Amino acid sequence: MSSEAAVLPGRGGIFGGLSDLFWRQPKLFVFLLLTPAALWLGIVYLGSLFTLLLQSFFHIDDFSGLVVREFTLATYAELFKPQNLDVIVRTVVMSALVTLGSIVVAFPIAYYAARYAKGRWKAVFYLAVMLPLWSSYLVKVYAWKLILAKEGIVGWVFEQLHITPALDAILAIPVIGGNSLSFSFIGTFLVFLYIWLPYMILPIQAAVERVPVNLIDAAADLGAPPVTIFRHVIFPLALPGIVAGSIFTFSLTLGDYIIPQIVGNGRLFIGQVVYTQQGTAGNIPLAAAFTVVPVVIMGLYLWGARKAGAFDAL
Amino acid sequence: MNSAVSLQKVSRHFGMVKAMDEVDLEIVPGEFFAMLGPSGSGKTTCLRLIAGFEQPTSGHIEIFGETAEGVPPYRRNVNTVFQDYALFPHLNVLDNVAFSLMLKKVPRVIRRKKAEEALDMVRLGGYGNRKPGQLSGGQRQRVALARAIVNQPKVLLLDEPLGALDLKLRESMQDELKALQKALGITFVFVTHDQGEALSMADRVAVFSDGKVQQIGTPEDIYKRPQSRFVADFVGSSNVLSPEFVYSIVGERRWASLRPEAIHVMASGNNVSRMTGTIISRSYLGPTIRLLIDLNGTQLHASVPSTEIMPGEGQKVTLGFAKDAIHLMEPA
Repeated sequence: MSSEAAVLPGRGGIFGGLSDLFWRQPKLFVFLLLTPAALWLGIVYLGSLFTLLLQSFFHIDDFSGLVVREFTLATYAELFKPQNLDVIVRTVVMSALVTLGSIVVAFPIAYYAARYAKGRWKAVFYLAVMLPLWSSYLVKVYAWKLILAKEGIVGWVFEQLHITPALDAILAIPVIGGNSLSFSFIGTFLVFLYIWLPYMILPIQAAVERVPVNLIDAAADLGAPPVTIFRHVIFPLALPGIVAGSIFTFSLTLGDYIIPQIVGNGRLFIGQVVYTQQGTAGNIPLAAAFTVVPVVIMGLYLWGARKAGAFDAL
Repeated sequence: MNSAVSLQKVSRHFGMVKAMDEVDLEIVPGEFFAMLGPSGSGKTTCLRLIAGFEQPTSGHIEIFGETAEGVPPYRRNVNTVFQDYALFPHLNVLDNVAFSLMLKKVPRVIRRKKAEEALDMVRLGGYGNRKPGQLSGGQRQRVALARAIVNQPKVLLLDEPLGALDLKLRESMQDELKALQKALGITFVFVTHDQGEALSMADRVAVFSDGKVQQIGTPEDIYKRPQSRFVADFVGSSNVLSPEFVYSIVGERRWASLRPEAIHVMASGNNVSRMTGTIISRSYLGPTIRLLIDLNGTQLHASVPSTEIMPGEGQKVTLGFAKDAIHLMEPA
């Protein structure tokens, strides 16, 4: 016979007592787990969001420049003025292009990491993807400004290859071109693409990694050559990852106000307008209304993605 | 050329590991062929070579007379039922079954009709609109089967398809699979580690061990006339008799096998003879009682009908068996 009793005595003390209490009252444990986060999210985050929403229904008095605290939709109507609508369309188009570009660049990298990289190469992959996130955002953006500048390395490479006219031709394209890459939308696009890329790679990699290898075997077994397997099996199953990544790239681009200021042709994006309206212009209601735009766009985007069945594989 | 599948000196090595080593195999068209062996014996590798997921390190594979090395799986008219079914989670049952037809660009209406027929065949008619996640294990297994047969492949490969099912379901699926194979007339190649399953379902069985085929034959051959200690032990857990023991009975120094049910056991009372042993343990298995008996240092399993009254553990018993029940195998 074992000398131990069938029921062991409690460990005693405060931790022993807590262990037993939490075991008997799992809901209490969950409550304690969530309370700090709920307080933070509920009061600090959601609270400010609602205050913001409230602000957007006020308007500014044109003569006094003071905020009139009365419910009105006038501020929202202002968003539809041509110069403001211009900003919104520009930002949304840029966000969409950056998202598409990220998907195209990220997918092969993520696919390689998920399906082929093993051991050391997997570590190298994570390091390569994460490393840029460890350094300052501003440093990276200014580095890109130099890379894309007229005397920068990109121009130098074009020169060495004797294809400077090609660069000039690209820069001569109206709207997206400019004096140099660092003063053009192409430059803005490239920097956005670079800065947000990790946020696209990691979710796609996680999604592709979750696709069981035997589904790929099964598709091949049923007569699907690699391209068809990709289209009918891997892509649909990776779609939630792509959507997750695109939520990051899309919303981050929608809200960013630093990159277009440093690398760009001076035309404004939503973030910059919010920045100037709430600062120098002192038009908090308009700034708030502009801030609501990305929230609404993201809501529509998620709703559309859901409708299109992007989350069916989850 | 009249083999459905023919393997000639086929090896598949993974680095130093010889998953398959110079295997020769001929599978006859229309037969139900089982590949039996413990895990790591090479049977699944063999299946994957026939399916085309693996390429042989050396040797030659033919499927209905056509060379298969270097032919990718999607160009082989061979379909597989996977161990864990490998159903596409984002497609409903009907689209899963119709997947191969869709790839062949079969018109939608015909595709639907054929897929529904295949589902009817596995008794899952009307389940077409469900997602695989909404089905039970047994139902998923049937969908996997329907998906593999909808295309009428030349050879159907089944990789432990019943492994994840409970006993009752497994038994009924065994009968269904056999009936299905008869109805379709397709060559079935079935991988299993369950000897009972292999013996009851297959026309012929290949026993794998350590990357080699130990023996190929009908279930009766394999069960009654094992050629090696491994086969005797693995298929139906025969008693493997040592050369010394065999010598003392038949006068030949060879390994031999003795089926547990070939041993008669009697309570010995006071008559002690050369064949008197002691019961070490007894297990009640329903129709039979399984005894482990120590006979002068040799441990023997005996299986007796549970209708007989048997002494308990530690009691003396006298054993008897016909001399020709001793099946001689390799020499010592």
